[in-house]
Amino acid sequence: MTGRMGWFGTYGGQFVPETLIPALDELTRAWADARHDSEFRKTLDDCLHRYVGRPTPLYQARRLGKDMGGVRIWLKREDLNHTGAHKINNTVGQVLLARRMGKTRIIAETGAGQHGVAAATACALFGFECDVYMGEEDMRRQALNVERMRMLGARVLPVSSGSRTLKDATSEAIRDWTASVGGTHYVIGSAVGPAPYPDMVRGLQRVIGNETRTQLRELGVEPAAVFACVGGGSNAIGMFAPFIDDQPLPENPSVPADSSGPGQVRGVSDNRAELVGVEAAGAGLASGQHAASLSLGLPGVLHGSHSYLLQDEDGQVTPAHSVSAGLDYPGVGPEHSWLKESGRVRYESVTDHEAVAAFGDLCRLEGIIPALESAHAAAGLRKEAEKWKNRDVVICLSGRGDKDVEEVRRFERTRGADVQSPDQAS
Amino acid sequence: MHATAGAAGRIEATFAKRTAFVPFLSSGYPGPRDTPRLLMQLAQAGADVIELGLPFSDPLADGPAIQTASARALDQGVTAASALDQLAEVAPELPPIVIFTYLNPVLRMGPEKFVEKAAEAGAAGLLLTDLPVGADPGLAARLGGGGLDLIPLAAPTTSDARLKTIADSARGFLYYIARTGVTGSRTDVDAELSSRVTQLRGMLNLPVAVGFGIATPDQARTLASVADGVVVGTALIEALGTSEAAFRELAEALAEAVRANEKQH
Repeated sequence: MTGRMGWFGTYGGQFVPETLIPALDELTRAWADARHDSEFRKTLDDCLHRYVGRPTPLYQARRLGKDMGGVRIWLKREDLNHTGAHKINNTVGQVLLARRMGKTRIIAETGAGQHGVAAATACALFGFECDVYMGEEDMRRQALNVERMRMLGARVLPVSSGSRTLKDATSEAIRDWTASVGGTHYVIGSAVGPAPYPDMVRGLQRVIGNETRTQLRELGVEPAAVFACVGGGSNAIGMFAPFIDDQPLPENPSVPADSSGPGQVRGVSDNRAELVGVEAAGAGLASGQHAASLSLGLPGVLHGSHSYLLQDEDGQVTPAHSVSAGLDYPGVGPEHSWLKESGRVRYESVTDHEAVAAFGDLCRLEGIIPALESAHAAAGLRKEAEKWKNRDVVICLSGRGDKDVEEVRRFERTRGADVQSPDQAS
Repeated sequence: MHATAGAAGRIEATFAKRTAFVPFLSSGYPGPRDTPRLLMQLAQAGADVIELGLPFSDPLADGPAIQTASARALDQGVTAASALDQLAEVAPELPPIVIFTYLNPVLRMGPEKFVEKAAEAGAAGLLLTDLPVGADPGLAARLGGGGLDLIPLAAPTTSDARLKTIADSARGFLYYIARTGVTGSRTDVDAELSSRVTQLRGMLNLPVAVGFGIATPDQARTLASVADGVVVGTALIEALGTSEAAFRELAEALAEAVRANEKQH
């Protein structure tokens, strides 16, 4: 099946209700047309530069690197984008595309609220009506972002079905789109969903990896590895894309799916960075309370594409768990499933505790409050820091963590005896 | 012996006889063991074809009523396999059954195994809301090759060219979605819908049943004069949420309405 449009190996596709097929066809054509249109490109690049604040810095985290035993760590500072995360790269692109398509209303789903805020921001900027679906559990965890969206003029629509998190918000957004399909564009927030979304979101997030490579070259640095967190996987695919495209996938993806364990470093050389995606192991992989779709899921169909999925023996989707609302999703973008299977990217996972500890490290050692999502990537590096000693490693710091301050405090109070910082003796 | 023998063509034969009343029932709702009894009630009320929903955790084509029914069934331990076992208990006494569900439970069981089990349980057709025509032809062939008619859906957004492609590859009937959106929200059964259905019947070589948001006997009566079949789901599930008597009463009233105004064959 490799090579068919909208597919990554056997992953991807368009598994949606018939009502949406013409809208996806229209979107596929519009994106194919826009991405090669210099006028569109120019408008988007200008917006990314003057409004979003790109390029974001590539910053060497010396104290963190020293603390990890001497790794040269480079943080790609997506947290310094306007609205505080990589999500805005995608939303300004998609909203500009919606304008080009003559749509008047935007809908979005959000987990941590970062995509919702980014969608609301792009809608304010370009004058669109904006409705954001958000699970009630996430609205509780991410109250600050709910207020930000409202201030930006968006409506936040609470979703009370299922696990009341990102999965259910996504289902509800798709239901809305099925009913409103004529004048509405659905701005999906990650590299998930039916074709053309995974490819389009990859294309819009690719700026992260492009800039990183340019910056590394300017510094004369050859990275040994690149780490990024993976929920749906948009920051990871945006970071990885140019590295992947530079080294095409093997013709015959015969690498067994389970060959990606620690200690089996594949294909690292001075001119080829190892790519590592870090999933959320929640309370631990053995606990059943995690969001590690690639590590422990099985291929299945949810939200329009065939990809790895947390599910039970009956094919029912099982709830994900992560302290990070943005990773709390039982599926994953289809290209990641393919990259896992082809062996081009290694996928690991870190627990809530490990991520919260890395959150603390970045705060105290670098003066950076990272998003809990991004803290997973840093924690993934720490787990294998020995291996990367005296080498250059990039971490995609996908967003900032103001939104997570309350959740981290709560976590430390209720579950975190072993991650207390010195001032939390009470 | 395989129950698939004789199943092929059962649906089209039914549609050829008269305008079909096609009620929908959600497996395992309200109680985990209620489904065989409720299926019998639908048959007695005059159902010509029954759509039997198998629960899925993330039913994104469904509105709140069927979502709730589906979630309740799952909470009570109903699975795709157990729902098919319950169907098997009463299937010989029922009109043709179309299994209505989502792709993932089918993939998990294995497409061939699912089709075999459903056919053995007495089902005649399979309708997957998230497998549109063309999405995965290889998979569709595996699902349609084992004794079940794979029933396609068409929507108001579907172009005529695509409609022809859909109908050309289909057996059983075409399920025409009366309006954009999910199941449940009320549909206006107006002149526009009637003329579209009439147009479709003229264009396609396949019976056309209409559903989504058809709730009252009046609406069913109007549609019965233009369509080959009338599908009612949410309204019956909501009635069932009130009482079994209300469910049965509505099913009888709908069947009567379809009969009263069936088009000439």
